[in-house]
Amino acid sequence: MAKVLVVTSGKGGVGKTTSTAALGAALAQNGASVVVVDFDVGLRNLDLVMGAERRVVYDLINVVQGDAKLAQALIRDKRLENLSLLPASQTRDKDALTPEGVERVIGELKEKFDWVICDSPAGIEKGAMLAMRHADVAVVVTNPEVSSVRDSDRIIGMLDSKTAKAERGERIEKHLLLTRYDPGRAARGEMLNVDDVLEILSIPLLGIVPESDEVLKASNVGSPVTLSSPTGAAARAYFDAAKRLAGEKIEVVVPMERKGFISRLFGRRVA
Amino acid sequence: MALVLAPEAPLPNWLAALDAQMARAPTFFDGRPVLADLGALPVGTPDVAGFLSGLEERGIRIIGTEGAHPSWQGVERWGRPFPAAGKPGRPIAIPENVPKGGPPKPESPTMHSAPVEPGSLLIDQPIRSGQSVVFEKGDVTVMGSIGSGAEVMAGGSIHVYGAIRGRAIAGLAGNPKARIFCRKLQAELLAIDGVYQTADDMPGTLIGRAVQAWLEGEQMKMAALD
Ligand SMILES: Nc1ncnc2c1ncn2[C@@H]1O[C@H](COP(=O)(O)OP(=O)(O)OP(=O)(O)O)[C@@H](O)[C@H]1O
Ligand SMILES: [Mg+2]
Repeated sequence: MAKVLVVTSGKGGVGKTTSTAALGAALAQNGASVVVVDFDVGLRNLDLVMGAERRVVYDLINVVQGDAKLAQALIRDKRLENLSLLPASQTRDKDALTPEGVERVIGELKEKFDWVICDSPAGIEKGAMLAMRHADVAVVVTNPEVSSVRDSDRIIGMLDSKTAKAERGERIEKHLLLTRYDPGRAARGEMLNVDDVLEILSIPLLGIVPESDEVLKASNVGSPVTLSSPTGAAARAYFDAAKRLAGEKIEVVVPMERKGFISRLFGRRVA
Repeated sequence: MALVLAPEAPLPNWLAALDAQMARAPTFFDGRPVLADLGALPVGTPDVAGFLSGLEERGIRIIGTEGAHPSWQGVERWGRPFPAAGKPGRPIAIPENVPKGGPPKPESPTMHSAPVEPGSLLIDQPIRSGQSVVFEKGDVTVMGSIGSGAEVMAGGSIHVYGAIRGRAIAGLAGNPKARIFCRKLQAELLAIDGVYQTADDMPGTLIGRAVQAWLEGEQMKMAALD
């Protein structure tokens, strides 16, 4: 059965688009057929992060409005043949998305792919609501800081009440993906630690992605980080998260600061 | 002591939120004296007097205003501005982020959870930021936490088997015997029968602990439970 997954957060700029690309690619690298769908109408990004911006002809709005067939709008990834992108429109606004149209398109995508991954826009407005509407699974992307955690709490409340699944009285599966985690700053108490975030949000942890230059590099070369730096710490976190999504049980490792010999000898006093 | 209403711009949205709140708790105001704190309104706000009339049309009894700008016409009619109160008044929570075009639908788990017995409401999941639970008829028990930016209002007591990080407002319909209990106090605001304390007023030694709060006269008391 196809699964619809929404990558959402409430707060902007926390790593939704990065995570959509990385999780989508990781699931595809493990053999599943995957489509990533950009719901950020008007501010599309996913095409850039996937390196497909020059190949966009038709987009989600064209398909929703019936001006193009799904097959015409889907862009197959050049590196992974079982990974596709349905881009957003950069010129239209969110009002062009209709609930009926979105439902139909998601239904068609479910027939073609194992995973339909929806990259939500920030906020709690119409675009974000439509992105989560038909989800079976939600990945709540959160940075270890209070404003992001509170916005995630708010989004979790909406996942539990405003999605089609919730309205049918079913439970939507929710996972926390902690991103841009900086072990050094967490150790110095400059960021919330993992336990604090988990206690506040009380949903299961899908993974912890460290703050990493590889992510920046990846988006600049138009590649999911799991393809551009597959052995780096960020990619490994995304690979593990993808496996957990697919049902494997893998322990979550909290990233630690790599310490030099001297600082290891003297522990926390050297700094 | 009076309730304090602190309207925010834009006023039509704020009124819509108020209407939604009143629809959920129809007897909330029931002839109680209300003080309008206008301090948050921009100087250029049009027709503040008309807005105050609108409150009266809703059956809200305005006994005074606070923070009115001298340039606003006709506000004097609502009583002389109060001096800054020595004691906190009675706060009223208005739901945030009201969508345009009408009162918000409550984002469950609001009223549909089955009561364990008449006069009590049991909620067996966390109350998330932005959610508002109003239960006038009696006690509310939450099997989880009240998130930052979430609120629970009960006619009776509030029992939280988790942390209070948002607001808990007990004794809503004028019940000074109501109490608030929680496993972990990290609240933004606690109120009983209109007497409130914000996080800044709470004793630092109680933050993070299991606590109960009750009223002695017009004063809120708190003590650790463990
Ligand atoms: N683990 C990471 N390490 C370093 N930089 C990161 C990491 N994750 C994301 N970023 C950077 O943070 C910025 C925002 O990321 P991204 O666009 O994925 O967020 P978003 O949640 O989709 O934002 P929006 O809400 O605007 O859609 C980007 O510049 C991205 O490269
Ligand atoms: Mg994005």
